Amino acid sequence: MIQNDLNLILPEILLSIFAMLALIFGVYRGQDKKTATLTLATAGLMLIVGMWMIFGGSSSEAAFNNMFISDAFSRYAKALILLSSAAVLIMSLGYMLRHDLGRFEYPILIIFSVVGMMFMVSANDLMVLYLGLELQSLALYVVASIRRESLKSTEAGMKYFVLGALSSGLLLYGASLIYGYSGSTNFQSIIISLDSGSVSLGLMFGMILLVAGLAFKISAVPFHMWTPDVYEGSPTPVTAFLSTAPKIAAMALFARVVYDAFYVLISDWQQVVALMSVLSMFVGAIAAIGQTNIKRLMAYSSIAHMGYAMIGLASGTLLGLQAMLVYMAIYLAMNIGTFAFIMSMERDGQPVTDIGSLSQLGVKQPGRALAMLVLLFSLAGVPPLVGFFGKLYVLRAAYDAGLIWLAVMGVLASVIGAYYYLRLVYLMYFGEKQDLSLDIVKSPILSGFAATAAVVMVLGIINLFGIEAAASLAASSLIN
Amino acid sequence: MDYFLLSIVTFIPAISALILLVVARGNDAAAALVAKRFALFATGVTFFVSLFIIAQFEPENTGFQMVEEAEWIMGLKYKLGIDGISVLFVILTTFMMPIVIWASWGIEVRVKEYMIAFLLLETLMLGVFMALDLVLFYLFFEAGLIPMFLIIGIWGGANRVYASFKFFLYTLLGSVLMLIAMVVMYAEAGTTDIESLMLHQFAFDDFNLFGFQILGGMQTLLFLAFFASFAVKMPMWPVHTWLPDAHVQAPTAGSVVLAAILLKMGGYGFLRFSLPMFPVGSYIMTDFILWLSVIAIVYTSLVALVQSDMKKLIAYSSVAHMGYVTIGIFAANQQGIDGAIFQMLSHGFISGALFLCVGVIYDRMHTREIEAYGGLVNRMPAYALIFMFFTMANVGLPGTSGFVGEFLTLVGIFKVNTWIALLATSGVVLSAAYALWLYRRVMMGDLIKEALRTIQDMSLRERAVFAPLVFMTLLLGIYPVLALDLISPSVQSLIDNYNSALSIAGIDGNTMIASH
Repeated sequence: MIQNDLNLILPEILLSIFAMLALIFGVYRGQDKKTATLTLATAGLMLIVGMWMIFGGSSSEAAFNNMFISDAFSRYAKALILLSSAAVLIMSLGYMLRHDLGRFEYPILIIFSVVGMMFMVSANDLMVLYLGLELQSLALYVVASIRRESLKSTEAGMKYFVLGALSSGLLLYGASLIYGYSGSTNFQSIIISLDSGSVSLGLMFGMILLVAGLAFKISAVPFHMWTPDVYEGSPTPVTAFLSTAPKIAAMALFARVVYDAFYVLISDWQQVVALMSVLSMFVGAIAAIGQTNIKRLMAYSSIAHMGYAMIGLASGTLLGLQAMLVYMAIYLAMNIGTFAFIMSMERDGQPVTDIGSLSQLGVKQPGRALAMLVLLFSLAGVPPLVGFFGKLYVLRAAYDAGLIWLAVMGVLASVIGAYYYLRLVYLMYFGEKQDLSLDIVKSPILSGFAATAAVVMVLGIINLFGIEAAASLAASSLIN
Repeated sequence: MDYFLLSIVTFIPAISALILLVVARGNDAAAALVAKRFALFATGVTFFVSLFIIAQFEPENTGFQMVEEAEWIMGLKYKLGIDGISVLFVILTTFMMPIVIWASWGIEVRVKEYMIAFLLLETLMLGVFMALDLVLFYLFFEAGLIPMFLIIGIWGGANRVYASFKFFLYTLLGSVLMLIAMVVMYAEAGTTDIESLMLHQFAFDDFNLFGFQILGGMQTLLFLAFFASFAVKMPMWPVHTWLPDAHVQAPTAGSVVLAAILLKMGGYGFLRFSLPMFPVGSYIMTDFILWLSVIAIVYTSLVALVQSDMKKLIAYSSVAHMGYVTIGIFAANQQGIDGAIFQMLSHGFISGALFLCVGVIYDRMHTREIEAYGGLVNRMPAYALIFMFFTMANVGLPGTSGFVGEFLTLVGIFKVNTWIALLATSGVVLSAAYALWLYRRVMMGDLIKEALRTIQDMSLRERAVFAPLVFMTLLLGIYPVLALDLISPSVQSLIDNYNSALSIAGIDGNTMIASH
């Protein structure tokens, strides 16, 4: 029995053991001198485990008294988490070394965080949910303040920690209420107790608090306040990481909670999610207009994107879930490419984040500017790029679920949002001339990532690289 | 279907753009010349290959021809095809592009990017006219914004930033509502195939929305969503304000493409989607659209009269001429729609040529102010002749293609609504007023401006650029049957379907007063 259980969490065990060995290795052998080796080894292991998730079987099994579940849905999310983390690690290595951030703890903390995320997406019990979430968050709080000597980075870590603790508190309080009113922390038992009869107010209250806690993690409005500050303050590779893998994990967990445990209460959570979705789209679109720091701008952009993904979630249908999964995959690809570009923004060897520095990049470095142009139009959801299909997917899901007003709000917000992406294009291609210009960073890895992402945005329209089928499989494993 | 002629024509320019992007190197004059020649060659080949389309086109066949179909993501299809309504727009596009490229020989900054943008734009425009899948259509329709945004923004005039943003956001806002309507259609009909959607009957039962009684129900709402997009694109009054800005700031070639081809997408959209798919909605909104069009014709003609910038004047004249197109389309009879399509083609040649005319003197004097010119006929006789010819064509002089289009649309609307016809005809007089007055101020009189004393007449290249346009304007003016034979059968079947859909809905298509 225990044998089977352990087999099921073998990927998580492998990563954890690797992380601990790496820690010992790092401490006793050379410390920061080995950062490059450790980072690459970590990324390699993540890639392997990611491939395992993609190709490793199609079973749906539960372990540890039904607390942990491994199904197509969790494997889809895990694959995205692992692959994107590996990508971010590889592309940030050069940046970390160049800017004196090459600490060997960085990849190790990232692994712990990733293990936490993997538990999150496989959670079938409120306890596992909380454990995974905290493991993920605690590692991220430290990573956010990894640039110890910088006031902003420390502030970012601190802010993230305090607000994160608050949201964990909310979530935990919600979980305790749910436990109190349903008599169990297990999702299956909660479903049975919900099915069996009247839903008590306490249980509803617990669910709403749980949703609020999760909304904090995906930075949905009105729980988004921390995002711009943390994105701005953290070193860029960390920002890149924050904006990708944890978002997938939290979104998948969100989906599991509302689609699995609390599906019966759809009429209650649907309104909440739909409202947060509209607010996120509009706040993301409008607040980004005035930003001059590209990392803050990307923070608002990711808030808006979470809003679109939540349209899929709010639909409460199979199609909606599938749309959300496809949207998140596309979002990942776009963000990795964009952050690869942002990491290569340097002037006199120092990283810059002011969008004014992009001025005339189209003349000075046409290749990089072109890749960014494609990514920006894709982020804006302009056809024929892949970003458009993500939007189309969620719009269709919304209409199918009878939420046409949500779809209309979505497209209106996308027009407003297009403005600030266009402003970056404008700066790169026809902005005012200025003397200061960006360095030509010779980093084949960063250019490679940005260029690949741009090519993916164009070629993806042919068949979305099969994401659609995988998402459909994942979605149907969650909704039986 | 043995080979993919339509796909080949559509993607030759895109592939050429890719080659240019990857292969071409260097920023010097030699590299620029290579880029120009290559782009001219590519568009020339596209035009040549597109002649095969017209050679194989069977005018009597009213269905879609040369259809290509392949499965795509999300249950969508990659499906291309043409019929009598779209075939001439395809040819218009491939015909205009080499002219546009050749007319841009004077571009000196970032030539390679310029050519890439135009080549991509050509692919996207061709795709719009050939797409037989809703989402594929939307893809091409919207994607055209990206290169046009860059063309206005990078190579435009002094106020280009404002114009490019206005152009992009205005048209995007119009189109996203269409996107919603497409999602609705997809969900209701279960397909995005345009051919199947034409056969699908969308619900037209009245219903209440926020206390308003919606006549024609869903069809009217869908119609309005599409209308929002096409009206902006056309552009119709009162959502035309982006056009003068975009035209004035765009480089000459950008203006030509905008006037000659991009504006036609709106009219094409009405014919491809609005009339066949939402007949009841169209019928209910007919009066509204006709009056908007008449206002456009009279109002923008008056506005054109007082412009001091030549490009702006021609831009307003474009809006007025597009008014005839919408009048013709919503007259919904043979003459009206034939005339509307014909008018779009002829306006493509004529307005394109007029913007080129402005480009010729702008290249020399770097101003578009009418005040800055006068008496050019003394130094530029060849130019004066060509400008005269296209001014007359713009006015609608019999013998030019402008006359045929206006006349047919007016005949069409006269059968339906005499008042509209009467007011629209006044636009013919007004257009003569602003066009001739423009000509007098720029061309006639003595050459007194000091700066103009050394101005040179058109070069051989410039004359050659105009030659095909003059030829087509005359050919279609003298022998319009050439085009009408291709158009009419498809239009006939469009009208039959429209009327039978209306009679199923219990509306008598011959009376204009809605039975509601």
